[in-house]
Amino acid sequence: MRYAITFIVLFVNWIIWSGLLDAFHLSLGVISCLLVTFMSHDLLFKRTEFRAGDIAEIFRFIMYIPWLMYQIILSNIHVAKIVLNPAMPIDPEVVSYKHNLKKDVSIMTFANSITLTPGTITAEIVDGEFLVHCLDKKVTDDLNTGEMEDRIAHVFAEDK
Amino acid sequence: MSILEIISILFILGGVFFFFTATVGLIRMPDYYCRMQATGKGDTLGAFLCLMGLAIYNLDGGLSFGTVLVSTKIMFIAIFIFIANPTATHAITKAGFDCSVKPWTKKKEVQQ
Repeated sequence: MRYAITFIVLFVNWIIWSGLLDAFHLSLGVISCLLVTFMSHDLLFKRTEFRAGDIAEIFRFIMYIPWLMYQIILSNIHVAKIVLNPAMPIDPEVVSYKHNLKKDVSIMTFANSITLTPGTITAEIVDGEFLVHCLDKKVTDDLNTGEMEDRIAHVFAEDK
Repeated sequence: MSILEIISILFILGGVFFFFTATVGLIRMPDYYCRMQATGKGDTLGAFLCLMGLAIYNLDGGLSFGTVLVSTKIMFIAIFIFIANPTATHAITKAGFDCSVKPWTKKKEVQQ
């Protein structure tokens, strides 16, 4: 199962990047995708079993992206305002934020989302804790509402 | 000028604006971490908007397999930037923490 999914992902990428649909290039693609699948099938998916819930997970992740985009645009306008303000109203501080996520993927997504959203950067990930550098007081409060964590927990089915 | 051209110009102008604020931030911010704040965010959205603009401009030549394919490839670059940029920002910030670079705070300035 893992082999099949890796092969399909690789082959779709091959077709997109090559853009040539004649028999010669497709067969080259099949051969090289098979080789890569055989050699490194354990890199793309660590686990060996797949459930029906995985598809729902991908779907929920896609639903999460528009909200993230909205937050990113807000964040950029916020930073642009600060940067272009002659007084530079910043009050940076480093806060630690405890999270309750378990899976590696959700922790990674959460850390990257924090980095992308209003005035915060994830600096260090220690077990169950992020060190977050915040640009001013307002964004620290935004982070502490935990809305983003709830959304990510929902995406990766870690609701309590 | 067609509608698609106008939309792509708007996207690219937005992208250039965010690149501009990222650069101004890089010069004006007081310390290492704050500079990462400005560049890590501005670059991501700036590059994304510019690539979106290019992808839309490319579709202007008519919807065919070729143009859609090229636009898809451009969007793949955008997705890659969206994954790679925050990770790189995080890596650089973490390197700063590991070398114990002190974050700048407002209080410190008042004391001195």
